[in-house]
Amino acid sequence: MRNVITIARREILSFFISPVAYFVITGFLLLAGYFFFNFLGIYNEVLQRYSMMPYKDTMNMPNLNQWVVEGFYQTLLVILVFMIPFLTMRTIAEEKKRGTFELLVTSPLSVKEIVLGKFLGVALVISLMMFAVVGFPLLLYVFGNPEFWPIVSGLLALLLCSLAFASIGMAVSSLTENQIVAGVSSMVVLLLLYVIHAPAESLGGVAADILMYLSPTMQVRDLIRGVISLKSVTYFFSLIIFGLFLSERALEAYRWR
Amino acid sequence: MIEVNQLAKRYADFQAVSGITFSAKQGEIVGFLGPNGAGKTTTIRMLSTYLPPSSGSAQVAGFDILTQGDQVRKSIGYLPENPPLYTEMTVAEYLLFVAKIKGVPSRKVKEAVDRSLERCYLTNVREKLCQHLSRGYRQRVGIAQAIIHDPKVIILDEPTSGLDPKQIIEIRQLIGSLGKDHTVLLSTHILAEVSMVCTKVVIINRGKIVLENQLSDLPEGKTLEQIFLEAVSSETDAAIAVGGV
Repeated sequence: MRNVITIARREILSFFISPVAYFVITGFLLLAGYFFFNFLGIYNEVLQRYSMMPYKDTMNMPNLNQWVVEGFYQTLLVILVFMIPFLTMRTIAEEKKRGTFELLVTSPLSVKEIVLGKFLGVALVISLMMFAVVGFPLLLYVFGNPEFWPIVSGLLALLLCSLAFASIGMAVSSLTENQIVAGVSSMVVLLLLYVIHAPAESLGGVAADILMYLSPTMQVRDLIRGVISLKSVTYFFSLIIFGLFLSERALEAYRWR
Repeated sequence: MIEVNQLAKRYADFQAVSGITFSAKQGEIVGFLGPNGAGKTTTIRMLSTYLPPSSGSAQVAGFDILTQGDQVRKSIGYLPENPPLYTEMTVAEYLLFVAKIKGVPSRKVKEAVDRSLERCYLTNVREKLCQHLSRGYRQRVGIAQAIIHDPKVIILDEPTSGLDPKQIIEIRQLIGSLGKDHTVLLSTHILAEVSMVCTKVVIINRGKIVLENQLSDLPEGKTLEQIFLEAVSSETDAAIAVGGV
C-alpha cells in the first residue's frame, strides 16, 4: 500500500508541475460553463413560453433538474470522452519512452502496485475536476430550487464513468510508447464505447440488450435522474477493473516480448 | 555476488546473448566489456530482472533472477543506459521518490537521500530540476539513484558514455569509491575505463564471453587493448568497435 501511495503522489506531482492538469481542468470547466449557460438559456425560454400558456395552472411547471441538470450532465459525459485521454495518455507511455519504466520495474514494486498507484493519481485529478464542476448545478440554488439528490447521484455517475474511461485510457497507454498514439487511440475507443448502443435499435433482440448494457450513456441515465441502480454501479466498477487488469497484463507482456 | 550460468536471450529472430557464464565476487568491480551490440545491455537487463532470460539462470546477491525476482530487486542498484529521470522533478524530490520505491524505511529516507547526494557530489544541485541538469549531472543523479538504498550489487550500464573528459574522471573516481563496499558490474566499451577502475574484466562479443580474467593477471603479459583486439578480431565488426574506442 505504501508503494501505491508513493507512485500516486509522484503521479499527482507530475500532473501539477507539468501544466497538463491545469489545462485539462481549465478546458473542462470552460466548456462546462459554456454548456451550462446555454442550458440555462433554453430553460429560460421554456419558462417564458410556459408563463404565456393559457391553462398553465393545469400543467406542471418545467422541471429545473430535468431541463438543466440532466442535459448538463449528459453533455459533460461527451466532454469527458475527449478530455480523459489527455489525462491518461502520458501515464504509462511516457514512462516507457523516457526509460523510467525500467526504474520502476527493477525496483521492488509489483506491476499491480505501479498500475494501481498511477490510476489513483489520475483518479484524484478527476475527482478534483468533478468537485469543481459541481459548482455549476449548485449555482442553481441561488435562483431556483432544484432537487438535491439527482445533482449528487448524477455527479457520482460522471465520476464513476470518468474513472472507467481513465482505466481504459491507461490500458491503451500501456500498449504504446507514444503519447499521441495513446491519446488518439483511447479517444477512438472511448468514443466507440460512447455510441456503442447506436445500432441496437436496428439489431433488436439479445444483441440490442447487450449493446444497451455496454453503453455508458445508457448506464449513466438512471443515475443522472437520481435513481441509484446497482446494475450501473456494477457496470462502471467492472469497466474500471477490466481496464486495470488489461494495463497490468500489457505491462507484464511488455517485458516478456 | 553475481553468478551467471548459461544465460541466454533470444529475441524473435535474433540471438542477443547465447549461453554466457561468468561471476563476480563481493567487493569486485567487474568491467563488462564489449563492442557495441555485443549483448551487454541485454545481459544487464536480464540481471536486473527487467528482461526475463530465454534460458539459463543467474544469481544476484544470492537470489535467483527468475524465481526470487523481488529479492534481487531489493539487493541491486541499477543505472540503465539512459538515466531514468523524472525530468519535471527536482533532484531531491526524485531521489526521495526512488528511496521510497526501493524500500528504504520511512524514517531513514531523508538520511539516505542526503548521503546519496553527498557521495555523488550533488548537494549543490539538490533543488534543481532534473531537466535543467547537464548530461554529466544527470548521469551522477542516475548513480545516486542506484546507490540510494545501499544495495549489495550495483549494475551500471555505460555510465560514462557521452560525458566530457572531466566528468568521465569524476564518475570513474565515484565508481572506484563504490567498489569498497559494493560489488559493481560496469558495462562499457571503453578499454581505458576498465584498466583504471576495475579489478576484473569480462569481455563479451556477439553474445558470447570471450575472456574472463582478473585485471592483475592478464594472460602472457599483454595489455588489455591487445587482448580485446584479439578477442574480437575474428569478427568483422571489430574494426568498427575499436574505432569507437
